[in-house]
Amino acid sequence: MGANIAVNAMCKSFRAGDGRVSAVEDMSFTVRDGEFVSIVGPSGCGKSTLLNVLAGFEAPDRGEVLIDGRPILAPSRRGILITQRGSVFPWMTVRKNLDLVLNGAPKTERQHIITHHLNLVGLGGFGERYPHELSGGMLQRVEVARALVAKPDVLYMDEPFGALDALTRLTVRNELLRIITRDGPTCLLVTHDVEEALHVADRVFVMTPRPARVACIVDVTAPRPRRMSSPELVGLKERILTELGVCVADVA
Amino acid sequence: MTRLLSVGVLMGLAAVWWLAASGSVIFPTPPQVLRGMAELAKNGMLVRHVTASLYRVTFGYGLAVLLAIPLGILMGWSPTAFTAFNPAVQMLRPISPIAWIPLAILWFGVGDLGPTFLVFLASFFPLVVGTTSGVQMVGREYIRAAQNFGITGFKLFRTIIVPGALPTIITSMRVALGVGWLVVVAAEMVGINSGLGYLIIDSRNAGMRYDLVVAGMIIIGTIGLLLDVVMRRLETLKEVRWRFVRGS
Repeated sequence: MGANIAVNAMCKSFRAGDGRVSAVEDMSFTVRDGEFVSIVGPSGCGKSTLLNVLAGFEAPDRGEVLIDGRPILAPSRRGILITQRGSVFPWMTVRKNLDLVLNGAPKTERQHIITHHLNLVGLGGFGERYPHELSGGMLQRVEVARALVAKPDVLYMDEPFGALDALTRLTVRNELLRIITRDGPTCLLVTHDVEEALHVADRVFVMTPRPARVACIVDVTAPRPRRMSSPELVGLKERILTELGVCVADVA
Repeated sequence: MTRLLSVGVLMGLAAVWWLAASGSVIFPTPPQVLRGMAELAKNGMLVRHVTASLYRVTFGYGLAVLLAIPLGILMGWSPTAFTAFNPAVQMLRPISPIAWIPLAILWFGVGDLGPTFLVFLASFFPLVVGTTSGVQMVGREYIRAAQNFGITGFKLFRTIIVPGALPTIITSMRVALGVGWLVVVAAEMVGINSGLGYLIIDSRNAGMRYDLVVAGMIIIGTIGLLLDVVMRRLETLKEVRWRFVRGS
């Protein structure tokens, strides 16, 4: 399971006041099947726009986006987008949320798949709860479980853990890594947290300020599970921060 | 404890009323009103008029719910339908149902239909407006997620749009029932000989029985309160709790 992604000379602008603001300009990159790519960049650089285009919610102005060689024309189950805001339907139980996106399978099989995925994200006992009865971290885990139940080829994550406190963030991130490596969709994670990007990714794309372009690509070859304090990762972090224009001496 | 407090406030109001009315020749005191109520209960008038009013509200309001909610869902979902119907709704809405009384008598004569029609009018517009905005306010993030998972057409409608709008619809149902109850009393004061509105106007006209007038008013208030309590129950349904829980 997974898909390769090819972005060729893609441009995307949007209306702002009288004129148009270019959000993404002449962007090209490829992502391999099953690869985990983190995208970091200054805030407002067009990272979210990029994911919206990739997931089919917005059409590119120019250039093309190919998933497994085919252009993306509309959102589909093949590429699920998870955002910071969350979209677990609050009017149905956790179980119903997962059940809703599972179509076609007989009931017992669906129940089995749902139970499996809830256990996978550590929410085995919470299926009958309503979203407002869960904490933010639990909700994001439901979000991930629901996305995985749909068996997407690509998982797009737009700062999915941005609203969580630092500790919960780390827990959910570790969990995500554990699940993803097992199940294997191609993953694109947009984040402003360089450490988070390095923790999870095979490669990190560093973006320029708006309009977004790929400034550089950093390969992360360190074996998992990763220790963020390892000299290799610390070095990469400094390199990315420098690329982003943050003076490393100030951070360290 | 809080309940005791609300009883205390009511008792206080009654005490002020009693004090103020004790010197009056025509304005009744609480005991007089209680005696009046007992009289109405004994001679069967209480049941008769309450039943008549509730009957009209049930049908007028019921019909409004049946027609206004589908129309509101349509207007909330389809911008074309909104553009088409909204000006008409917004123009008819500010006309007090009371202003329709002459036409209601012209069209429906002096039976149950007239007040029922007025209750229908009174409930219809709050329901349309509430349902429309309920549908329009369903979070974009939920509609996008549904799109992402390939939920479209009737399934989108049934699993996302309607449940997402339900809390707002229920609140507008509560408001509309309150307005319907408000209007039935006024409607029954003209061209009809039953119902709580009739009871009040007749008690005055037929012998200055202000004890019965006030008794009628208190009955109206009490039933209004009970209707609201019942409607509030709907807000505790687990499918809509999410909207009414604070701080989550």
